[in-house]
Amino acid sequence: MTEQLATHTKPTATDSQDAGVAIQPQPPAETAKEGRLEAVARGEVVPAIIDPALEDEKHVLEISNFNLWYGKKQALLDISMSVPRGKVTAMIGPSGCGKSTLLRCVNRMNDLIDTVRIKGDMLLNGDTIYAPTVDVIELRKRMGMVFQKPNPFPMSIFENVVYPLRIDGERNKDVLESVCERSLRGAALWDEVKDRLHESGLSLSGGQQQRLCIARAIASEPEVLLLDEPCSALDPIATGKVEDLIHELSGEYSVLIVTHNMQQATRISDYTAFMYLGQLIEYSPTATMFTGPKLKETEDYVTGRFG
Amino acid sequence: MTSSVAEIPTPPPAPSSPQGSAASGRRRRLGAGNSLAAKGEPMVWLTGGALALAVAMIVCLLVYVFCQGIVTFWPVPLTHAKMGDGTVLMGEQTRAEWYRLDDTAIKQLPPEVQLAAQAAKKAGEGLVHRRLLRTGNFDLTGTHFHWINDFAIETETTPRNAMVVERLEKGRFYGTPKSITIAGKNLVTANGSEDNAALDEIWQAFVEHHDTVVARRDEIEHLEKHVLGIESARETNARLEMRGEEIVHGLESEEYVKAEAHFQQVRAEVEKRTVEVRQAAEKLKAQNRGFLVTMTTAQGVEKNIDLADIVRMYPANNLSLTEKWSLYFSRWWEFFFADPREANSEGGVWPAIIGTLTMTLAMALAVVPFGVLAALYLREYAKSGPITSAVRIAINNLAGVPSIVFGVFGLGFFCYVMGASIDELFYPANLADNNPVYGKGAVIWASLTLALLTVPVVIVAAEEALAAVPNSMREGSYACGGSKWQTIRRIVLPHAMPGIMTGTILAMARGAGEVAPLMLVGAVKLAPELPFSMGDWSGSLGPIPTGPIHFDRSFMHLGFHIYDLGFQSQNSEAAKPMVFTTTLLLIAMVAGLNLMAIWLRARLRKRFVSGGF
Repeated sequence: MTEQLATHTKPTATDSQDAGVAIQPQPPAETAKEGRLEAVARGEVVPAIIDPALEDEKHVLEISNFNLWYGKKQALLDISMSVPRGKVTAMIGPSGCGKSTLLRCVNRMNDLIDTVRIKGDMLLNGDTIYAPTVDVIELRKRMGMVFQKPNPFPMSIFENVVYPLRIDGERNKDVLESVCERSLRGAALWDEVKDRLHESGLSLSGGQQQRLCIARAIASEPEVLLLDEPCSALDPIATGKVEDLIHELSGEYSVLIVTHNMQQATRISDYTAFMYLGQLIEYSPTATMFTGPKLKETEDYVTGRFG
Repeated sequence: MTSSVAEIPTPPPAPSSPQGSAASGRRRRLGAGNSLAAKGEPMVWLTGGALALAVAMIVCLLVYVFCQGIVTFWPVPLTHAKMGDGTVLMGEQTRAEWYRLDDTAIKQLPPEVQLAAQAAKKAGEGLVHRRLLRTGNFDLTGTHFHWINDFAIETETTPRNAMVVERLEKGRFYGTPKSITIAGKNLVTANGSEDNAALDEIWQAFVEHHDTVVARRDEIEHLEKHVLGIESARETNARLEMRGEEIVHGLESEEYVKAEAHFQQVRAEVEKRTVEVRQAAEKLKAQNRGFLVTMTTAQGVEKNIDLADIVRMYPANNLSLTEKWSLYFSRWWEFFFADPREANSEGGVWPAIIGTLTMTLAMALAVVPFGVLAALYLREYAKSGPITSAVRIAINNLAGVPSIVFGVFGLGFFCYVMGASIDELFYPANLADNNPVYGKGAVIWASLTLALLTVPVVIVAAEEALAAVPNSMREGSYACGGSKWQTIRRIVLPHAMPGIMTGTILAMARGAGEVAPLMLVGAVKLAPELPFSMGDWSGSLGPIPTGPIHFDRSFMHLGFHIYDLGFQSQNSEAAKPMVFTTTLLLIAMVAGLNLMAIWLRARLRKRFVSGGF
């Protein structure tokens, strides 16, 4: 609870400094780095600082020189990053920095928006995501996604979990039941709902609903799990449960999570990427990121001095 | 407030005057705030008043129709009036009014009542009171109603033994029984209209034997209408078959000769059977002829009435409350479930109820798939752009096209183009007989015409329902790897279902109440056969059998029935009660559909309400 409060109050407490940081570079000593955010604000492409530790990992997802425009406005600038397999990777950054956009690009959810235009590519386990020949439906089946607000379907808990199998045409009751149990256990929800699998998914509490969505997302054994601020609509207790769950999922699943909550990033992630105004600024192991970041800007952000 | 205070300190030279001006400024603002326009009170009254007026008008209409409709079938006492000029009238009072009686009218009155008229006029300050008496006995008097002036009445009584007789033909009869003949034998004869014992006996005898006579009458009707109907249909079919062979193979062909032989055989069979049936019916009729009651009118004329012609007879002035209620409900029962009589002004509206329901349901079956598919395309697939907008505008405009235009289109396209094509393809024999099956007004064309009329309602409602499905649901499904159609079918449509249902039911309510286009495409004053009949499974639409639904038949419709009764009836005063009851029934049906929509929406919506936190 206190942690929650702390994260919520910190940015507001530094509100007044915020403008100052953006306009005036801070300590004069490190001039080389000072220009970085300014340059980003001017729209220049600034190369990201990526920790060498990442190169030793096996990568499930590789993003290379990815650009995205909403109409005429460019939202992502030349992003290149690799998401390690079996690890939790958090994306942080101030609102509007493009982290959710990037996440939604991974399973091509942005295709649903007419004005979106992209350049660059992503590779999922070596397969291209953005070639014109790619079957988007098949691609999305290889990933699971959980959204900011819990969005269980208006059907029973059981049907919610096996939905990905249903649309694949799976009819075998034994398969469906075993997948349902495995997914619900995986989402740490089994014990709470095992006696009422045929009640509506909407009858659950908010935290349970979100874990139901996670169960749904892992039902089809995704290669990568995309979480878009999964705890932002939940109370601290439910948040704690979902965080524990994400922690347990790491190792088995590769998780890419967008979060506004710095503490959450430290608690659950192995790697953290800091984004700012559509660019990747720094990408390091979480421990490095929060204790000794390579960039002053990153330190300012993670300690709540701006953003 | 605080900001204006903060700005006051910018000090002009004299400190006191700005203080004053600021204060006066504030006072002005207060003044403006006090004005009526700023307070908004008048707008509350204006808007509230408009709403109240609209509601009041609707409530008044409904209450009027309800009151008029609900009292129609309540038995009214029989008034026996001896007029000043010596004439005698007896009947049921249907309404009363005050009217202005001018002097020339008084001069035309019989001299005996002129004085009384003048006195009454003086007492009523120029107005006199009169009543409309339904005196019936049309076959004797040539009229159903008499106005009687109160001042012209010498004595007024409600005779205990006077009877109301509702007859199958010629309307009601009012009189006192004289004798009753049962199975050809005179049972009782009353000695004048005061002979209570004999008259009660007559009444008892009537009650005892009427049911058996009616049962026999129903049997006769069944034989003559239904059994003979089937026989004549058999003959017609055989003849049409023969006609068909003639058209296809020619008169010389083997097929034609065979068909003709078959026809001759069928005709012989049918003729034989017809004679048998007629004999059986005649026998029953002869039996029934032995049952009659002799009545004396108030004027002293005697009249024999067959018991078989009597729908019901009752002593209007000698009824207990229970008897009144049972009479009341038996009339409602007749209204709902009997066929109409006497140019629709008596009897029931069963064919109209069946016609309306068949037409409305067929319309719903036609309109819902089209409307929902169109809405799905517009909302889920079409890219927004000028063409989509133009289509939307066109749909909304379609809803505003006068309904008679749809009727004309339906007649021109459905009846004369589609219907005629169906006839040419599948019913050439009927066409050669100059007896089109589908190329005329028919319940299917009426349904399709109304489907066209109501498709905008369904599209708009379905589109709104689809738009109300949260995008997060769609995203969730897409993220699971659902295709567009899977998402629509499994997530979007179930979620939009309450709204779509509501739209459908509202469209049905709209269609059920529509009249103008129906007059062109199949609604008739009196339909010989029902468009839906569980007893007749011979319906077909071209080569497709439709079982008990006869899409080719014309039909009766409650809305058209109201128009026909109220404005086309020979005896509009007698038809007036039926107008109100039929209106009440139609309003109740439409209201019932709307209530169903509300209930359904509430029930389905519960499924989509989150349990919350």
